[in-house]
Formats: sequence, C-alpha cells, structure tokens
Amino acid sequence: MGKRVGMEVSIAAAEAVKQANVDVISAYPITPQTHIVEHLSDLVANGEMDADFFCVESEHSALSVCVGSEATGARSFTCTSSQGLALMSEITYIASGLRLPIVMILANRTLSAPLSIWNDHSDVMSIRDCGWIQFFVENGQEVYDHVFISYRLAEDRKVLLPVIINMDGFTLSHVIEPFEMIEQEKIDQFLPPYQPLYRLHPDHPITMGAFALPSIFAETKKAQEVVIRSSMPKISEVWKAFGDMTGRYYNPIETYKAEDAETLLVTMGSLGETASVAVDRMREEGRSVGLVKIRLWRPFPFEDFKQVALKAKDLVVIDRAISVGMGGPVASELKAALYGYDSRPSVYNFVAGISGRDVAPSDFIKMVDKAEIEIEEGNKEGYELYGVRE
Amino acid sequence: MTENLNVYAVRMLTQKEYFAPGHRACQGCAEVLAVRLAAKALGRNVIVANATGCMEIVSSPLPFTSWKVPWFHVAFENTAAVASGIESGLKVLMRKGRIPSKKIVTIAMGGDGGTADIGLQALSGALERGHDFTYICTDNEAYMNTGIQRSSSTPFGASTTTSPAGKAAMGQVTWKKNMPAIAAAHNIPYVATACPSYPIDLVQKVKKAADIKGPAYVHILSVCPTGWRSAPELSIKLGRLAVETGVFPLYEVERGQYRMSMDFPKLRPIKEYFKLQGRFRHLTDDMIEEIEKRLHQEYEQLREKAKKGV
Repeated sequence: MGKRVGMEVSIAAAEAVKQANVDVISAYPITPQTHIVEHLSDLVANGEMDADFFCVESEHSALSVCVGSEATGARSFTCTSSQGLALMSEITYIASGLRLPIVMILANRTLSAPLSIWNDHSDVMSIRDCGWIQFFVENGQEVYDHVFISYRLAEDRKVLLPVIINMDGFTLSHVIEPFEMIEQEKIDQFLPPYQPLYRLHPDHPITMGAFALPSIFAETKKAQEVVIRSSMPKISEVWKAFGDMTGRYYNPIETYKAEDAETLLVTMGSLGETASVAVDRMREEGRSVGLVKIRLWRPFPFEDFKQVALKAKDLVVIDRAISVGMGGPVASELKAALYGYDSRPSVYNFVAGISGRDVAPSDFIKMVDKAEIEIEEGNKEGYELYGVRE
Repeated sequence: MTENLNVYAVRMLTQKEYFAPGHRACQGCAEVLAVRLAAKALGRNVIVANATGCMEIVSSPLPFTSWKVPWFHVAFENTAAVASGIESGLKVLMRKGRIPSKKIVTIAMGGDGGTADIGLQALSGALERGHDFTYICTDNEAYMNTGIQRSSSTPFGASTTTSPAGKAAMGQVTWKKNMPAIAAAHNIPYVATACPSYPIDLVQKVKKAADIKGPAYVHILSVCPTGWRSAPELSIKLGRLAVETGVFPLYEVERGQYRMSMDFPKLRPIKEYFKLQGRFRHLTDDMIEEIEKRLHQEYEQLREKAKKGV
C-alpha cells in the first residue's frame, strides 16, 4: 500500500504529473489553478522532475506549446481555469482533431461577466463538444488517480485523444485532504513511456494538420466520432487495471444508495460528496432517495446512465452551469438520453452553486422537497435557478 | 557600387527540392518561391510549423502535401507557440534518450497577418523565452488568402479590399509596421530581411538563422501579383525594385549589429516600383513624393545604424 499523506489537492495533482513522468509542461497562471503550476515549477527548479516547464504568455499559447511538443512524441501537460479555457478553446478542438493525447487539469471556475474567481462548471460547458474525453472528479484522491488513468487512456493507440480532468476550483483545488500516494515503481509499470503512432521527425516526414475540403471533411469527423464512442470499453479497462493496482475502482456513473430509490439526485463533481450526506439524512427519515454521480461526461455513458435512471420515478438533476435561455446543460442531455422510453422518470432541474455559492446538505433536501411537490402537481420537467434572492 | 554579386548566383543552389511542385499557388507567386528557397536552405533535418494562410492552403489539401519534410499546421495565431513546443519536445526526448540526439532545426512560418497582427503575441512570447528556432515571415503585405484585406504590414497608400482607395480615402492610411525592428527589440541573436529576387542572399540568411543557437527571425518580402495587381511575370523584377528603391532594404541584425546586405548610395525613384502595381495606381505624384521622403529617411536611419554598427 502506498504512503498516506495529508496534502493540498493542487499539490497532489502536481505530484501526480511528476510521477507520470511528463516531458513538457506549458501553462499560464490563473486562479484557482495557480498552486498546480507553482508546485510544478518548484519540482522542475529543484531537479525533482525532468521536464521542460514553460510559463507562457497566454493560455492560447499554453495549449499550442503542448500541441507542438505532443506532436513530437513528448508527454505534455497543461492546466487552466475559466477565462483561460475560453482563450484556449480554439486549440482544444484542434488537439482532439489531430489526435494528440494531451492531459489537462481544469480547476473549474465561473466564466465572466461579472468576473468571478469561484467555482462552477460554466467553463467546461463552453467546450463541451470539443472532442476531448472528459472526467469529473469528486475529491483529491480522484484527481491524483486520474492523472495516471488519463495518460494511460489517452496514449492508448486505439484511443489517442486528449483528456480533461475537471476538478472544482477552490472546493477541491485549495483544500487539504488525505491521500494515498502510489509507489513510483507501480506507476512506471502502469504508465510506460509514450510511444506515438506518428511523430514529427525528419526520419519519417509526415504532414500533420492538412486542410480538408468538403469532399473529405465529413469522413474525418466520422473517424473522430467513432473513436471517442468506441473508447468506452477502453476507459473501463483502464479503470479496472488501475483498480487492480490500487484497490480504487471507478465507474462512468457512480451511485450511492440508488438501488431501490424512487427519487435520484444527480450531480457532477465535488457536489456529490455533500449530496451523499443529504441522502443519508433523508434515508434516516425513511425517504426513498438515492444519488447518481456522473464521472464520465464525454463520451457520455448512455447505457450506464439508463440502467440506473430508468428504475427511478423522479430525477432531481443539479447543474452547476446555465445554458442561458435554456436551463442546465446536464439536465438537457439527461432528458435527451431518456427520451424514447415510455416509462421514463420525470427530470426536475436545479441550477445551483454557481460562482461557488455554497450548496449545503440542507439545500439538497430543500431541492428534493421542492421537486417532489412540483412533480406531484404535474410540473414534471421543471427548471429553476436555486436559492436566488428575489 | 558595393553590390554583392553572389546574390544573383542561383546556380550555387542545391538541385534537391523539399517543397514539391503541384501546389496551388497563383501564377507568379513569389511567396511560394521564397518557401521553396528556404526549404532548399534548410535541407531535410527540419520540422516546419506553418500558420494558417496562403502557404498552408496551397500546400496541404488533404490527402495531398507538397512537403517532403515534417510539416505541421495548427492554427493562425499560434505558430511560434507550436514551434516552441516542437523545439522543447525534441530537446526533452533527446535529453531522456528516447530519440537519437542530432541537430533538428525547428521552423515557424507565417504570413504578415499571422506574424505582425494575430500572431504577434505568440511570436513575442517565443522570442522572449529564447527557444532555439527560426521564424520566417513571408510578407505579401496584406491578407491575401482571404482576398486582399489590409494588415498592419500593408504599406502606406496601398489599396486593399478593406482599405480601398475611394473618393474620400487614399487606401491604407497607416505606415507599414516594422516587424524586423520589433523582432530585434527582443535582443535575439539574429534578424534579417530577404527577398526571393535575391535567392542566394535569402538562402544564406535562412541557413545562418537556422545555424544560430537561439531564436532567429527572417522577414521575407514576397511579391503577390494577385494582391498587388501586378503582372505575374514581373514578380522578380518587383522584388528587385522594392530593394533598389529603398522600399524594402535588405539587411541583417546579428547580435545587435546592423549590416546592410546591399547598399545603394543612390536609390531608384519609388515611382518605378509603384507604377507596376495596381494597388498604388490611385496615388498622385504629390502623395508618392511624400511617401518617398519618409522611406528615404527610414533608409538613411538604417544606413546610419549599419555604419555605427549598432
């Protein structure tokens, strides 16, 4: 068993990047991602990590440097938040189209305006369709673990896609948590050096990033779609291998007391842990409430989700971002996933905890209360922005 | 006359081609000639990062390519950053023994829009960080790929589709951004200007830039018959006229030392250069005189720097 330590989550994330033997790191500082890049700078400056670290002049360049280095076959890492992700968003689409297995930690933070440094998921929702595999993690250990999981998955020749690890800014990035660090020998075995299928090198000249006319573009996109959809078994395989190594097994959809529940809370990210406390309280009161946590956001695990969701009567979906003028993006996708099933549950949607506003266990109970009443009264597909002062 | 005759000795160039024919450049495109010459200068141990623009579009329609060396296109404004990544990726992999150690030159290439406008920030960052790479700007003085829109590198007075000459306007009303000076201000070891009308000079400068350790910048004037409204067969002549009139002086800045590659005690009248191009057709003699005055002043300042060696 690995060493158990108490550590700030950002520091542990940086330690994982070191243990993953990353070759090139390129980033631009932005709150709340800063502690990760600061610690990585320390590790490189102290000779504890053999990598090139570039504190570049923008997030757009941060990801562009990674695209260049990854194309030569160097394992590359970047991390950002909010406006930084918005600025690099152009390159996120290109990185996946070029099939470059870059890994990014995203310390999720609100998009302006108004400017806010606090946590929600509006940043990642803005690049929802960019073609990266996207994980949401619940606690620090999961961030640490998913650095290794992500590289092993991304660099698999049947996958070759970039991966985003979403971790809630501040709520996770700035808290001290207990960690079980994995021994380096185990990691080296789990994650051998990257062997690219193609790399930029004069010995085998290739053209990368050619432009496509309409006569060939759709075929390239189809190839990309097929790859990300068929990466699902590979994701399970990597999680299984990781679980066998550490005893920590992960699933695309995690559940808590969901088996027989009539009402299911659905969360993504760190809200899951708070929601589980609320579920315990409601269970103590004899209420039939369970919890579903979405860990894998892309490719979306339709099958796993349906297996759990179709057994419930009501879903209370908590979104941490607004698609302004439409509601919560997660809820709208879940509704789409369930469409076509006659006996589908009602989906009541709350947008809560945006810009880092606290969502306490009591808030989850209030949301379940409200949803159950509304659904009872026939408002089966309701939506509201929770806890707004009128 | 202190003209360096070897600038004309084209037969000294290698017969080998690294940029294949069959590309889709316009007739008389001097930019594609500049790229072909630069590729000859660089040889095979090179990786090229290319910004979105004419040279990207004409050379890489999937599934074809004109490139016989590794070539990478990512986006418009980030080429210097992509080249930074290539250079550091190679460096780390060689350091860790994962690829054999040998000199591989990293090249970033962009047009004047991708360099002086949208890509300036990424370029400045890469020059400041000191990556060992060469940036080649092929300057055809407007956004030609999208249809001749003005850039900050478009010369004063030129008519483009977004700085058109009209009853109330005389074309571009701003002076050409001095990109080589901006590059030199980063205190990089090597900056040069070149033009494919002087092929040996161009090849020597690109070679020098690639050999020097650290960032280097080569700014190449590339005549564009389509955008300049000039006859395709005049492209080489126009390049020479640009140099001989003082519109585009050929010089180097090596570790801060300025040196004129060709020096003309007496410049040819700018009118000879302007009259062959439709983009300057609307200019009156007075306007041309005003432009000539300023360009001569700038040329003299450059000569002074070269004389003083700073």
